[in-house]
Amino acid sequence: MSALARAAISGVGMSDIGRNTNRPAILHLAEAADRALERAGLTRADIDGIATYPGKAENSPGMSPLGTGEVRNALGLQTRWHSAVPDGPAQMAPIMVAAMAVMTGQARHVLCFRALTESSSQTAGRRASIAGAGKAQIGGWMSWLASVGALSASNWAGWMAQRYFHEFGMTREHLGMVATGERQFAMMNPMAVMQKPLTMEDYLGARMISTPLCLFDCDVPIDGAAVVIVSAADAARDCRLPPIRIEAMGSALRSQETWDQRADLTTMGSHDSAADMWSRTDIKPHEIDVLGLYDGFSIFVPMWLEAMGLCGHGEAKDFIAEGNIGPGGRYPVNTGGGQMSGGRLHGFGLLHEVCLQLWGQAGERQLKDPKVGACGMGGGFIAGSMLLRRD
Amino acid sequence: MLPLPELTPENTAFWTGGEHGELRIAMCEDCAHAIHPPQLLCPKCHSQRVTPRAADGTGTIYTFTVNHQPWIPGMDVPFVLAVVDVEGAPGVRVTSRLYGAEPDAVRIGQRVRVGFEASGDVWIPVWHASEGETA
Repeated sequence: MSALARAAISGVGMSDIGRNTNRPAILHLAEAADRALERAGLTRADIDGIATYPGKAENSPGMSPLGTGEVRNALGLQTRWHSAVPDGPAQMAPIMVAAMAVMTGQARHVLCFRALTESSSQTAGRRASIAGAGKAQIGGWMSWLASVGALSASNWAGWMAQRYFHEFGMTREHLGMVATGERQFAMMNPMAVMQKPLTMEDYLGARMISTPLCLFDCDVPIDGAAVVIVSAADAARDCRLPPIRIEAMGSALRSQETWDQRADLTTMGSHDSAADMWSRTDIKPHEIDVLGLYDGFSIFVPMWLEAMGLCGHGEAKDFIAEGNIGPGGRYPVNTGGGQMSGGRLHGFGLLHEVCLQLWGQAGERQLKDPKVGACGMGGGFIAGSMLLRRD
Repeated sequence: MLPLPELTPENTAFWTGGEHGELRIAMCEDCAHAIHPPQLLCPKCHSQRVTPRAADGTGTIYTFTVNHQPWIPGMDVPFVLAVVDVEGAPGVRVTSRLYGAEPDAVRIGQRVRVGFEASGDVWIPVWHASEGETA
C-alpha cells in the first residue's frame, strides 16, 4: 500500500445544479454537504477540517462565491484545520491538501468544497470567466493575455487545439466525438444540465467561439456546489461505504505559469502531473476502469488521455475514434456528462462521478464493477492528477 | 476596452519599447538566455544581469486562433490572435493580435512582423502578416 492510501474519500455530494437558479450559493453548498455526509454516514459534528479552491474570489462573477469562513459559519462547523488553496495543482488542490492533512493527523474528516454561481451571475449582465473583465489594469500572468485581446480561456485552448490539429491531423470530428459522447452520458444522468440529444451534425453546425473550438467544445456555466469528504483511512473504515483510497497523486509542473510559452503546446501541465502520479504507484494505466478528465474545453480531453498514458503523443484522435472513451468504451471518460454536458463544477463534478462509479451508485450509466479510477483536473499550465481505488 | 498591463520593473521595457518602435525582450547578459515573460533574474544561470534588448521585430506563427465571440461590449469580431516565435529570441513567444491577413488565410509557419498600438501609457505589440512569406 502506498503511503497515500492512508487517505480516503468517504463521501461525495452534489447539489441540484442548474442554470439561472438564482439560488444563493450557500444553499447549493449545504445541499451538497448534506448529501455527502449522508453518503458517508457522518454528521456535521464529525467534520473537523475544511478545504476549498480557490477561496472566496471576486475576480470573476460567480466563480467562487464562498470561502471556508462562510461555510464554517453557515454549517456550524468546529474545525481543527482549514485551508483555501488558490495557488496549487488546479482545482484538485483542496483534495490534495486535505489528504495530507488527514495523513498528518491535522484532521480526521475534511469537507472539501467547490461552489459556483456563474450562470446566475451572467444572467445579471456580468460575463463570467473573462480575464480582467471590467478592470482598467491587470497584473500577473493574465496580463499577457488580456492586454492583447485574448480575454477568454477559449482563446488559449483554441490556439493549443490549432497546433494540435496541425501536428497530428486531428479534425473537428474528433472533438465532436468527445462532445457528443459526453452528451450521451449526460442523458443517462438526471443531475446533468444538458439533456437534449447532441448529434455530430449539431456539433459541426454550431457557431465558432475561438477556432477550431465551437460552442459545444466549451463547458457550461452553472449554479451549483459539490463536496468531497476526505478522511483518514482508519476513520473512513467506520463510514457507510467502502473507502475509496487515494492511491497516488501528482502535482509536478515543468513549464512556466503561462498559456503560450510551454515549448510544446500540444502538451499541458497535465503531462507533468500525471507522470508524477504514475511514479508513485505500481498500478499501470491499463488497469484504469473509469476516468474523470478536465473538459473545460474538449481539446483538454485528448491531451489528458495522452498525459495519463492511455495512448501515445498524437494518438488520442484514433483512441477516441475507436470508441474507447464514450458509452460502452474500454476507458469511459466523464460518465456523468462531464462539464460540457453536466455543467462546470470545476473538476469537483468529475471526481464526484468517478467516486459514484467506484461505489456502484451511478444509476443507468453504471459501469460494470470498476475498481480503479483516475482523475485529472486543470488545463494549460496547471494540473493535478489523482489515482483512486476501491477497497 | 481591454485591460492594460500594470507596469512593473520586470515588464516596463516590454510594454513601452513600442514608443521607440522596438520589441524589447529580456536577455541574460551572462548566458544569453531569452526570458519571457520578462524577469529580473535569469532562471537558467541565476544571473541578475538581465537587460531588455531590441529583437529584430519579426517572427513565425507557432499557432493561432480566430476569435468569433464578442466577450466585451464593442469588441469587433472576428479577429486573429497569433502565438509567435520571436526571431532572435529562442524559446520566446509573443502573443497578440494579427493584422493584414484574412482569418481563413492564416497559417502556422507564416512570417510576421511587429507593430505597436499606443494605449494609455503602454505600447501594445501587435503582429502584421508579411505577404507571401512562409518559414
